[in-house]
Amino acid sequence: MALIDTINPLLTTGWAKGDAGWSLKDYEARGGYKQLRRVLESKMSQDDLIAEVKKSVLRGRGGAGFPTGLKWSFMPKAAPVKYVVCNTDEGEPGTFKDRDLMRFDPHSVIEGMIIAGYAVGAKAGYNYIHGEIFETYQRFEEALDQARAAGYLGDNILGSGFSFDLFAHHGWGAYICGEETGLLESIEGKKGQPRFKPPFPANFGLYGKPTTINNTETFAAIPFILGMGGEAYLNLGKPNNGGTKLFSVSGHVNRPGNFEVPMGTPFAKLLEMAGGMRGGRKLKAVIPGGSSAPVLPGDVIMDCTMDYDSIAKAGSMLGSGAVIVMDETVCMVKALERLSYFYYEESCGQCTPCREGSGWLYRVVHRIEHGEGRPEDLDLLNRVTDNMMGKTICALADAAAFPVRSFIKHFQGEFEYHIENKKCLVDPEVQRMGSGFFKAGNV
Amino acid sequence: MNTQNTMLSPELSPESLKKIDREVAKYPADQKQSAVMAALVIAQDEKGWLPKETIAAVATYLGMAPMAAYEVASFYNMYDLHPVGKYKITVCTNLPCALSGGVHAADYVKHKLGVDFNETTADGKFTLKEGECMGACGDAPVMLVNNKRMCSFMLPEQIDALLAECK
Ligand SMILES: Cc1cc2nc3c(=O)[nH]c(=O)nc-3n(C[C@H](O)[C@H](O)[C@H](O)COP(=O)(O)O)c2cc1C
Ligand code: SF4
Ligand code: FES
Repeated sequence: MALIDTINPLLTTGWAKGDAGWSLKDYEARGGYKQLRRVLESKMSQDDLIAEVKKSVLRGRGGAGFPTGLKWSFMPKAAPVKYVVCNTDEGEPGTFKDRDLMRFDPHSVIEGMIIAGYAVGAKAGYNYIHGEIFETYQRFEEALDQARAAGYLGDNILGSGFSFDLFAHHGWGAYICGEETGLLESIEGKKGQPRFKPPFPANFGLYGKPTTINNTETFAAIPFILGMGGEAYLNLGKPNNGGTKLFSVSGHVNRPGNFEVPMGTPFAKLLEMAGGMRGGRKLKAVIPGGSSAPVLPGDVIMDCTMDYDSIAKAGSMLGSGAVIVMDETVCMVKALERLSYFYYEESCGQCTPCREGSGWLYRVVHRIEHGEGRPEDLDLLNRVTDNMMGKTICALADAAAFPVRSFIKHFQGEFEYHIENKKCLVDPEVQRMGSGFFKAGNV
Repeated sequence: MNTQNTMLSPELSPESLKKIDREVAKYPADQKQSAVMAALVIAQDEKGWLPKETIAAVATYLGMAPMAAYEVASFYNMYDLHPVGKYKITVCTNLPCALSGGVHAADYVKHKLGVDFNETTADGKFTLKEGECMGACGDAPVMLVNNKRMCSFMLPEQIDALLAECK
């Protein structure tokens, strides 16, 4: 689904023509590669470039929200071989913005990566693309060929003496490769099992070399930041939450899709842009930052603005910007059961608390959903999550725990009803109709 | 159906090897193993699925231990280590899709084909799989056909059309 609506288009300026506007000449016509040219022709210093990105307060769009300029500044100057890696392994349930960025404006990602390569002194980069979007991977390869033919990639770019080449690597169905060190292992041709940190990728990354890894949307923002200046970009959003952000809105809204809005936009406005609630039904709950973020009840999210700080204050995370909207037709136990299954299925198995804990969470939620829950199960679930959080190599264990804890916290009554009455609080027929799959005349 | 392929040579065709060479060229000369994921996909496309012997052939070609390639093939979900039908249909049933009919779409396909997840129709034409988030939740219900083709907004009418189109 293409962009539906935007308040302040930046990242999405190139999306207007959908599939017809992605090629190099379209990108150049809208000012593409101008910033790369300016950086190279003015021989901008690496420090000045990183300072500009710091000024923008661009925070990583992959989920953790780490300041991008600061991350770049961690790269050791002297190392002879360094890499830039883009994380397009978009597999966080609810997130579908990077796919559209890559489909409709792949050159913005390429330009951002080349500039990042210049800033950190890397001569090569890889873009790791989610296996399920193979068609997008193929388009990205085409875009790389275009950029190479035009002299934006390769040796001595635009006669500047700076050389950088970029390649696409695809995944093949493993959520854990979205975790940055699992991703690096995967590029190295191994199982995507995350590495123990420290050392962090800035010191020991791809093939053991210093590596900067950022999300697709983070890289795509770079040309725009340089174009308007870091401060102007920051001012688009709100203090400590610079710029605009893509939100992927899914679930029970009339118009699911991607929306680019300034940081700090009220949730209510975003919901309105997404066409409001499907069938005019009542908002029950929202997961505001991808399935790993704690769920918030409808009335809580209605008072939030969409930025890192406001969502954190409400007790959740802005995460990847995936806004999963649930209305009153949803059984919260069933919803949690599906998420718990996902983390159980995708745990890479290295850490006992995650491997065993995610299995316990799934099995216990499953038995509650199937009418076999016991009165002590909610305590049990919370105890299992206590033994997972902060005790593992990567954050997948926390990601499995957050939904469980937050669903129980905010919808405890519904879980208790399920355990006691051995059935859903929401009538199954109501649930069935909620998805919109069944229309008159269908099975 | 592709079961017959076990009888075929595990070796890859010259075309497949050429494609693998193109992947190898993306990585530093001493890091050929980086191409193993793409190489296994190329091999799977040629053979229909990945018998052990084919995985070993890929490993040998890339100068890595067969076990290391097998580890990769068994870690990532989209490699088929067993024969599948001519059309492998993977339906996303994760929560964002389920809210817009992902599970119902899967049920509909099951009903139409008379198979459950991880089963193949008796004529060897279709294999049905359950998938995780494909990064396309705004287009729910979504399905992948043979790993590479994404189908969006799959309501009953669209599913009927897709199944009819798979000859
Ligand atoms: C289990 C797990 C899955 C993740 N999946 C993704 C992903 O799909 N895309 C992404 O950009 N970051 C993902 N991340 C975050 C990355 O580890 C990393 O923080 C990010 O790519 C850094 O880029 P940024 O600073 O630009 O956000 C994931 C993290 C974890 C723990
Ligand atoms: S926390 Fe889970 S997914 Fe992460 S490394 Fe440990 S076992 Fe693997
Ligand atoms: S949940 Fe189905 S594509 Fe994301």
